Amino acid sequence: MSHSSAQASAHSEHEHGQPAKGLTRWLYTTNHKDIGTLYLWFSFAMFLTGGCMALVIRSELFQPGLQLVQPEFFNQMTTLHGLIMVFGAVMPAFVGLANWMIPLMVGAPDMALPRMNNLSFWILPFAFAMLLSTLLMEGGGPNFGWTFYAPLSTTYAPPSVTFFIFSVHMMGISSIMGAINVVATTLNMRAPGMTMMKMPLFVWTWLITAFLLIAVMPVLAGVITMMLMDIHFGTSFFNAGGGGDPVLFQHLFWFFGHPEVYIMILPAFGIISHIVPTFSRKRLFGYASMVYATASIAFLSFIVWAHHMFTVGLPLAGELFFMYSTMLIAVPTGVKVFNWISTMFRGSLSFETPMLFAIGFIVLFTIGGFSGLMLAIAPADFQYHDTYFVVAHFHYVLVPGAIFSIIAGAYYWLPKWTGHMVDERLGRWHFWLSIIGVNLTFFPMHFLGLAGMPRRIPDYALQFADFNMIASIGGFLFGFSQLLFLYIVIKCIRSTDQAPDKPWEGAEGLEWQVPSPAPYHTFSTPPKVD
Amino acid sequence: MALLTLLLLGANNVAHSAWQLNMPEGVTQISASVYELHMIIFWICVVIGCVVFGVMFWSIFHHRKSKGAKPASFHESTTVELIWTIVPVLILIGMAVPATATLRQMYDTTASDVDIQVTGYQWKWRYRYLNENIDFFSTLTTPTEQIHNQADKSEHYLLEVDNPLVLPVGKKIRFLTTSNDVIHSWWVPDFAVKKDAIPGFINEAWTRIDTPGTYRGQCAELCGKDHGFMPIVVVALADTDYQTWVTEQQQAALSKQAAAERTWTLAELMQQGEQVYNTACAACHQANGMGIPGAFPALKGSLIATQDQAAHLDIVLFGKSGTAMAAYGTQFDAVDLASVITYERNAWGNDTGDIVTPQEIKQRLQAGQ
Ligand code: HEC
Ligand SMILES: [Cu+2]
Repeated sequence: MSHSSAQASAHSEHEHGQPAKGLTRWLYTTNHKDIGTLYLWFSFAMFLTGGCMALVIRSELFQPGLQLVQPEFFNQMTTLHGLIMVFGAVMPAFVGLANWMIPLMVGAPDMALPRMNNLSFWILPFAFAMLLSTLLMEGGGPNFGWTFYAPLSTTYAPPSVTFFIFSVHMMGISSIMGAINVVATTLNMRAPGMTMMKMPLFVWTWLITAFLLIAVMPVLAGVITMMLMDIHFGTSFFNAGGGGDPVLFQHLFWFFGHPEVYIMILPAFGIISHIVPTFSRKRLFGYASMVYATASIAFLSFIVWAHHMFTVGLPLAGELFFMYSTMLIAVPTGVKVFNWISTMFRGSLSFETPMLFAIGFIVLFTIGGFSGLMLAIAPADFQYHDTYFVVAHFHYVLVPGAIFSIIAGAYYWLPKWTGHMVDERLGRWHFWLSIIGVNLTFFPMHFLGLAGMPRRIPDYALQFADFNMIASIGGFLFGFSQLLFLYIVIKCIRSTDQAPDKPWEGAEGLEWQVPSPAPYHTFSTPPKVD
Repeated sequence: MALLTLLLLGANNVAHSAWQLNMPEGVTQISASVYELHMIIFWICVVIGCVVFGVMFWSIFHHRKSKGAKPASFHESTTVELIWTIVPVLILIGMAVPATATLRQMYDTTASDVDIQVTGYQWKWRYRYLNENIDFFSTLTTPTEQIHNQADKSEHYLLEVDNPLVLPVGKKIRFLTTSNDVIHSWWVPDFAVKKDAIPGFINEAWTRIDTPGTYRGQCAELCGKDHGFMPIVVVALADTDYQTWVTEQQQAALSKQAAAERTWTLAELMQQGEQVYNTACAACHQANGMGIPGAFPALKGSLIATQDQAAHLDIVLFGKSGTAMAAYGTQFDAVDLASVITYERNAWGNDTGDIVTPQEIKQRLQAGQ
């Protein structure tokens, strides 16, 4: 430990004491803060790109009939919207937050593997440029949904599917490298005295997330490679005509896909577990049970995948097993919500923007959890499956869930990143516009699904018209509110309102012991934790 | 102006709509128990939500710093944490019991009275009554003018078909779902039946309808371009009416067989062929024969459709494996096949003057691939 930090400070004299100038700073950087910043801006750009696609979808669905786009293009929009939001917006945002905050939280000078860190970021722009370029190819981009079920995505896919496979491979490699870095950093580079059970929860949840990523990204790589073989090399993994099995595709996909949804929510739990205590001015209730709950959710996430497949014709025993295991996930998730609320209970609460988004998260994520519990009931799932009820469910856990937590984290740590305070008044506007927009968009989708509207359709029967119109209006409100967020962030960067080292009265942790803005190099000598 | 008409159309639609909020209770005993499960779990969530959010908002209002609240210092309690782990487990067990019972019933497909094979095709359904020898396709009938907003939308817009599935009430009906191409999913909310139709697999589901009526559903699994345009319509009849319908269908099949033996003129074939083409082929090759570049080839002026007649018969009858072009030899009778091929060889300026007869089709089918 002391050896490596001595080395680091010797280097910083001449080589990387200060950031290089110009574009090369960003191209060659191995600094965790620079890379964190790159990830965050990239994910925001993807969030707006995927958001524009969502608005194309919502415009087409504003009323019955085909107005703006044809069904072929509509399917490309739903597919790319999903892929970009999952792999381009949510995941990179969490990796960006991890890059910025994990070294600061564990008192390390940088991530453990800085060069790999640079590579894992710089793969992404190429991966997404390739994915987006498929829209211009003959036959159009991927049009088989973000879940790309075979054989629609193999035998029946447009020629651009090969590029889709290549770009998903690149995203997977990037995620695996990011995850290895998080594991190496948290296991090896914690400040002396910081035992595992003293680690901040964001670090804990990310550590567990990183293990999930390392476990399931190779499965995704495997399944898309099998697709590639089916398409180009005459195999029949998923082709019933050649003795293959289309359901095998779904088992493999969801063995990746279900842990993937926890990859997108566990770090969010971590962020909320920092913000709620800070603005309640009270220690987090049940730290240990939070850690155990996260670990149990991670474990359970491996044995529930077939609840996405209740209608494929599983045998009764399989159906029952996956129903019970899925219902069980509600228990550790409930523990988390109860802990946050007990933290707030008899605290001394104030409602700065990060706290507003955190409260929005708790309420709306819980609603998404409730619909999840309903979906777990297999017989009822026969009615919900592949309808807008499911669309409502996963948007509740991903938008006011994952994305609100990212926004909350950004508001919480922006003073540390930029050295300036955020405009609270605008932040509150952003919160209220977002929360109204989100609920207007996604709440009516519960009704649409229950009334029988299937997902992924470009046009619908007349009884679905009203709620679709409301959802579209909400979608535009939510989408445009995010431009306000962009403005707030830029305003914060340019502001002159100097932030103290610890801008939030109740905040705790090593990240608040360094100056604001955090200098280019921090913790060259490790702090002591007791 | 265009915008204004759009808005007016929108207002017009509001009049039709129902603001339906909840799952239908349906018309079978199973759909009623599914509805009941749905309501139980819903109310459990509501109660838990009220308690949790109640405590939360109580704290938000009473434990504010601005009201001078001082933070307490408690931060764990094994008893409380055990309670809120164990109580949810008990609630879940309580929920699992009725869910398991309903699921077991749904899985009991034995002792059926009517067996129907439901096959998904891009983008229509085929119904085969296994014991009655009835076999037909069911395709969307909503005219494209309505879909493209050039005509007023009818009451059952997108939920209407040419040949509905006709079923008797009070009988146990077993569905065997499968697919000819990609995965589809056969769903009728009023029966609480949703089963994926998967190529190479046969899935089972069943229903017993209590009340006669017309019930509508849709394909629930993304199956390509026209996934939103392959509805399901079921007409449930009293048993005697159903028997009459079965007899009618069987007689109609006989007279169709006779038609294949007579001679057909070019004009007759063209007329019949246009109909077949528009229901079965236009989705991909387009009504104007131009196809969709990169996905579905044009037939207007294509080599196969203007010259090589044997190849034309082959691709339509036997399809082309590994592409979206299906084998239609098993989907249509000889008259329909002869007429659609004749149509393709003479429409859109292809004008070959060729006539393909039903007899030629039969010979080609007998010879095999
Ligand atoms: C699901 C989409 C789809 C439908 C429906 C469809 N086809 Fe095709 N068809 C294709 C595709 C794709 C090809 C190209 C196959 C290939 O790669 O050679 C094709 C090729 C053809 C060709 C050969 C064209 C050429 O010049 O190479 C003919 C003829 C044809 N189809 C006739 C029909 C007829 C007749 C019908 C209706 C009974 C029909 N198709 C319905 C997708 C479809
Ligand atoms: Cu379908």
